Amino acid sequence: MAKTVLKMILNGKPVERLVSFDDTLLDALREDLGLTGTKKGCGKGECGACTIIMNGKAVNSCIVPALQAMDAAVETIEGIGTVEKLHPLQETFVDYGAIQCGFCTPGMIMSAKALLDKNVVPSREEIKEAIAGNVCRCTGYLKIEEAIMAAAEMMQSQQGK
Amino acid sequence: MLKDYVQPKTVDGVLASLRQGNARIIAGGTDLMLDMKAGKTEVEKLVDINCVDSLKKIEIVDGSIIIGAAVTHQEVATSKLIQEKAPVLAKACRTVGSLQIRNTGTMVGNVINAQPAADAAVALIALGAVAEIFDENGISYLPVEELYLGVGQSKIDSSKQLVTSIKFPSLQSGQGSAFVRLAQRGALALPMLNVSVVVTLSGDKVDWLRLVMAPVAPKPVRATEAEKMIQGKQVNEETIIATANAVASQANPRDSALRGSGEYRKSVLQTLVKRGLIEAFAEAQK
Repeated sequence: MAKTVLKMILNGKPVERLVSFDDTLLDALREDLGLTGTKKGCGKGECGACTIIMNGKAVNSCIVPALQAMDAAVETIEGIGTVEKLHPLQETFVDYGAIQCGFCTPGMIMSAKALLDKNVVPSREEIKEAIAGNVCRCTGYLKIEEAIMAAAEMMQSQQGK
Repeated sequence: MLKDYVQPKTVDGVLASLRQGNARIIAGGTDLMLDMKAGKTEVEKLVDINCVDSLKKIEIVDGSIIIGAAVTHQEVATSKLIQEKAPVLAKACRTVGSLQIRNTGTMVGNVINAQPAADAAVALIALGAVAEIFDENGISYLPVEELYLGVGQSKIDSSKQLVTSIKFPSLQSGQGSAFVRLAQRGALALPMLNVSVVVTLSGDKVDWLRLVMAPVAPKPVRATEAEKMIQGKQVNEETIIATANAVASQANPRDSALRGSGEYRKSVLQTLVKRGLIEAFAEAQK
């Protein structure tokens, strides 16, 4: 099959990988780059499990052609924190029990991060709009919203706001 | 099978790329990627238009708003210019899919994909929008209203033609607009019904109205009877009720497992039209 080189800035580091012309960005991340934190749910852009941040915006990586990420800055769940130093969202999702099976969690956190990166004092409505494209089938969304609110407060105090 | 993916930087480059091989334009790809995966669309080459800077603009020139082919739903929904000068379109684009979909899917793609209730298309028809089309014969223009051939079928052939932008007159004082939508959920839900209204008042009388409803037919429908009937009428409750009745009598929604029974939708359509008219009148009288 015909392949070509995809170059992008992935989690802050330049990467190059051979991808097929018909690969989705999700295929490239999971299969070619081995980053399996980003999940494949519906594969149709309807569940949000595959959400990543591309050039500052939350997108469904399952329907974005891999080559649309050429020269783009791509962030995945692997890039936002470390085991020693979790991202505030990772910390509050744990603290608030905003996780059950965990399958929606990487996408949920990336949608929330895209919001908080731009707006560290979001309203409840803004949080709901930001995660409206992320489906959780274990539970309601209350704990998730609360975790995002708490992460926003953590980030505010970190930024001295 | 897909053998090539190109990202030209100019409109001429896009047209040149389309001439070679079994090629097709891709913008956001939110529909095309699924159609390709399902085997509904066979292409050998994709011509990505997102690197053409001239297609990424939202601008106002001599009172006309111009939105480029690579502009996403979210960019339209959050544009100050659109929120002020064409609020019906900002609202329509905001209801599409989810934020992730709106961040990639384009407004022009929404029109060309030609779904019967495409939210942006319904609003654009109410605004009297016109598409600018480039192909090997040069430039041509077609009203968005005339782009629909049938369900999911556009007059635009994306293997030969590029819609570069869509243009419509910005709303002036004395004009108002509204977008009203009924869906099963607040996000990621196809419309059961959507209605777009653009109205011009002179004093306390209706100068003209454009009212578009969907999905009540294979394509968005202008409520032409109601539009005629309302001309010159006083802005009051009686006019609103009479217009809503006239709109519903022209609509013929089907029974649909997804969207509800025809009977239900016809009845609720009247309510949506009333809400739309009240909102648009209020905006026009501001």
